[in-house]
Amino acid sequence: MQIFSDSFTTAFFLIISGDPDLYEIIFLSIKVSLTSLLGSIIIGLPVGAFLAIHRFKMRSVLLSVLNALMGMPPVVVGLIVYLYLSRSGPLGFLNLLYSPTAMIIAQMLLVTPIIAALSAQIIEDLHIEYKDLFRSLNVSTSKAVVAYIIDARMSLLTVVLAGFGRAISEVGAVSIVGGNIDHLTRVMTTAIALETSKGNLSLALALGIILLTIALGINLLAAHAKNWVMEKQDV
Amino acid sequence: MSDSHTQKPDLVTQLLPIEFRSISFNKSGNRLINNLSLTINSLGITIILGPNGAGKSILLRLLHGLDKPDFGDILFKDIAANYAIKRKQAMVFQNAVMLRRSVKDNLAFVANLHASKQEPDLLALLDEVGLYDKQHMPARRLSGGEKQRLSLARALVAEPELLLLDEPTASLDPYSVQMIESLLTKLQRRNTKIIFITHDLNQARRLAEDVIFMHKGRLESFQSAEDFFKNPNSKFAEAFIEGKLIF
Ligand SMILES: Nc1ncnc2c1ncn2[C@@H]1O[C@H](COP(=O)(O)OP(=O)(O)O)[C@@H](O)[C@H]1O
Ligand SMILES: [Mg+2]
Repeated sequence: MQIFSDSFTTAFFLIISGDPDLYEIIFLSIKVSLTSLLGSIIIGLPVGAFLAIHRFKMRSVLLSVLNALMGMPPVVVGLIVYLYLSRSGPLGFLNLLYSPTAMIIAQMLLVTPIIAALSAQIIEDLHIEYKDLFRSLNVSTSKAVVAYIIDARMSLLTVVLAGFGRAISEVGAVSIVGGNIDHLTRVMTTAIALETSKGNLSLALALGIILLTIALGINLLAAHAKNWVMEKQDV
Repeated sequence: MSDSHTQKPDLVTQLLPIEFRSISFNKSGNRLINNLSLTINSLGITIILGPNGAGKSILLRLLHGLDKPDFGDILFKDIAANYAIKRKQAMVFQNAVMLRRSVKDNLAFVANLHASKQEPDLLALLDEVGLYDKQHMPARRLSGGEKQRLSLARALVAEPELLLLDEPTASLDPYSVQMIESLLTKLQRRNTKIIFITHDLNQARRLAEDVIFMHKGRLESFQSAEDFFKNPNSKFAEAFIEGKLIF
């Protein structure tokens, strides 16, 4: 218990003293995860909307694949990205291995299926409810999709936050493709793993506290936003 | 009625007569509409009557282009429905679909699609259906009657020449029923062609100029309202009027 409380005190001090190493790691984590989240939304949301609205032969197969991908173990995703980006791999010439970009790619592979599969479900529910009205009003498909996204904004926000949660808390894939290189690819999760194994518990704990705070903060924010919109808009 | 709702006597004739030519419609192996032919040519309110499951809703959906007949044609003044013809129609559904937006934004959505109406017009429409004071409320919080009145107002944003309504007043409060009926009467006088499904005989008596009576996917009779109630030319219609035909 002594170790724990000592570490806790040091961790707290590290956080409030604005330790540059600590904050470099935090900012890189947030930067990588926000970038991969944005990429995942740009790809996943249109894919989800397309699957929600169109009926075609391979649709159910695609949905099953997406659902399977949602549960892909991050280390496997890391391994696949590693194989592609390693010097002898098909994309080795890009020289991306052990860079933040490689980590973004790995996180996008983890997050895009979540965004696509969950938004497909949400948008499909709305599409079923609205489609006769929209056909009656001669609403074009693109305008319908915009309306679905606006009207489902709260549920979609929850999906986006779930995606961010998966990205920022994931360790397996980013450590394989990022390599946890100090000042280059070290993020909160890989740093926690490393510092813990080195016995440097206070730094690990400081990072752990911040990661937890971010995760809780996001959830609180989501809950608040949801309540507020429910109150105002009943969505 | 707002002043923007001007008379359009020449316009309505662009859609009339509405002609069903030997229409059949199947779904999952069942023939839901069976070789139905009729021509609607009156400017008054046409009421579609019939017991539950007669095919009334399907007939209206076919007319509006939401479903396609397996056989036969539907013609508007001798022309099959095209985009211009569709744009002149509006439909009010049995279950009011409310966009997850405010009451006013439900109207604004349609106004933005066709850019025909401005904010004051929308507020005038809301006033007309008694929802002016609730314009900022989330539409999904409205009562059943209010939702259906909003659906009607929303259908009127694009100033349709042909207004189709599928049991809009079923199980509504008397105030809403009365408001919807008087609005429909007003619209009809301004030459909007109205086709209206109900199974409420008294409502049909109040509103109808002519009556389409359906039973089991077939057209049983198509008469003026006066003839239909006095002297129905179908034994099913007769039974229905006497309250003996439920299904
Ligand atoms: N998608 C469908 N598949 C099979 N049967 C249907 C479908 N939609 C409606 N029906 C059947 O068609 C008949 C007519 O339906 P409908 O037009 O809704 O009747 P109503 O006259 O009460 O409006 C009913 O018996 C109904 O069960
Ligand atoms: Mg019906």
